[in-house]
Amino acid sequence: MSDLRYTKEHEWVRIEGDTVTVGITPYAQEQLGDVVYVELPEVGRKVEQGKEMAVVESVKAASEVYAPVSGEVIEVNSVLSDAPATVNEDAQGKGWFVKLKIADQGQLAGLLDEAAYKALCQ
Amino acid sequence: MCPQYLSEDILDSNAPLSRTPLHDLHVELGAKMVPFAGYEMPVNYPAGILAEHLHCRAAAGLFDVSHMGQVRLQAESHEATASALERLCPADFLGLQPGRQRYSFFTDNQGGILDDLMVSRLSDQSGDHLFMVVNAGCKTQDLSHLKANLSHRCQVTELADRALLAIQGPQAAAVIARLAPESAAMTFMTARHLSIGGTDCIATRSGYTGEDGFEISVPADRAVAFARLLLSQPEVKPIGLGARDSLRLEAGLCLYGNDITTATTPVEADLSWAIAKRRREQGGFPGAGQLQRQWADGISRKRVGILPEGKAPARAHTEIADDAGQVIGEITSGGFGPSVNGPIAMGYVAKAQATPGTAVQLLVRGKALPAKIVAMPFVPHRYRRG
Repeated sequence: MSDLRYTKEHEWVRIEGDTVTVGITPYAQEQLGDVVYVELPEVGRKVEQGKEMAVVESVKAASEVYAPVSGEVIEVNSVLSDAPATVNEDAQGKGWFVKLKIADQGQLAGLLDEAAYKALCQ
Repeated sequence: MCPQYLSEDILDSNAPLSRTPLHDLHVELGAKMVPFAGYEMPVNYPAGILAEHLHCRAAAGLFDVSHMGQVRLQAESHEATASALERLCPADFLGLQPGRQRYSFFTDNQGGILDDLMVSRLSDQSGDHLFMVVNAGCKTQDLSHLKANLSHRCQVTELADRALLAIQGPQAAAVIARLAPESAAMTFMTARHLSIGGTDCIATRSGYTGEDGFEISVPADRAVAFARLLLSQPEVKPIGLGARDSLRLEAGLCLYGNDITTATTPVEADLSWAIAKRRREQGGFPGAGQLQRQWADGISRKRVGILPEGKAPARAHTEIADDAGQVIGEITSGGFGPSVNGPIAMGYVAKAQATPGTAVQLLVRGKALPAKIVAMPFVPHRYRRG
């Protein structure tokens, strides 16, 4: 059973052993509106916790998506190139952005659980 | 995730926001309200910007633009009112026929643009007058400008007790004709009084989307009933400011504060078409000398359309470079065009590179994205000409 965590910046993080899958939350896609473009990092890129990892654009504005943990990009969701609206339709499923190989398992402890994230969105 | 919003959405957050007469209706309809030009305005309704934009081009969209300024100018005759206004605007208002509308702007002494506006020649029981609509963000300055320069020549009255709505799209005319059959004879850029659902309206056949449609001024206390009547028509859905912006960008229309400012002349902005030949030759408006120099000697930069070749939008303030990497201009408005189904932009480039077809690069997040200079509009206009 995978473990779902969240960040204060409205990313969700599914922990699968030594890798995580990352996307933006349903709350985030709702705030953003219709997604028209997603810029994903290259496979192999090293990312740092809290730093920009991807960009998601709505009609009106560009928003940064931050790396929830430090690691290396091992896969990106190529579906989003032709179908950016997938982020709106299924933010926490088919609308995933990136899979990372975790550099430091210790960083996972700092992520929010579902209750804490829900409280943040109130 | 951290949104970086376009500058026109960010206002002095300490000032209390004004509301239009339709505010509560927007909230009832589920609008997302945001600050714009000192007002709380609907950026979109539950349908979202994409669906609202597409609906407007497919059927009819209703926009609340009551935040804009409405002004009545009246002197002892049309000639007196028109010559007074011609002292501030480079249009031919003397030759403006009854029931016709023109696009113009206020210029400053350097030939820069203070605001763009629409002027209609109308008549009612109080007499012949000009009815003007100005941008919300400039209306206080525009009223001061008019009063300071014209009040000894004509009455300048802000119509602060009126609302303004726009209905735009290929079905807009059918909707209005159903309610006011006389509207069917109106062609693009004409103006007249219409009675719609018992409300006395000032209607112009014009707008800010490139589609056929009307802008309709009604007394503020009739605004909600009027809006509900239009929304009850099967073709009509409410549209927010988000889609209003993507529609006007696809139509190649300028947004004051972005594409035209005091730092741009009408010549640079490719708006010389709005300046009548008589005014070009005779001047008599602020900055006329500067514009005449530009018509005679040429301009160093020009407003153009920019079409990114990939899928990434390039937004306002993005630098534009030539294929050698030399910066030659800047995007002033950019985003995603739902009807084009891709990114589009408008901006200024060095005159030598302003020819449609010229290859350029857009410097977005440290990358040079290929794009081409293109003629606008991105979506053909569908005005109802005579």
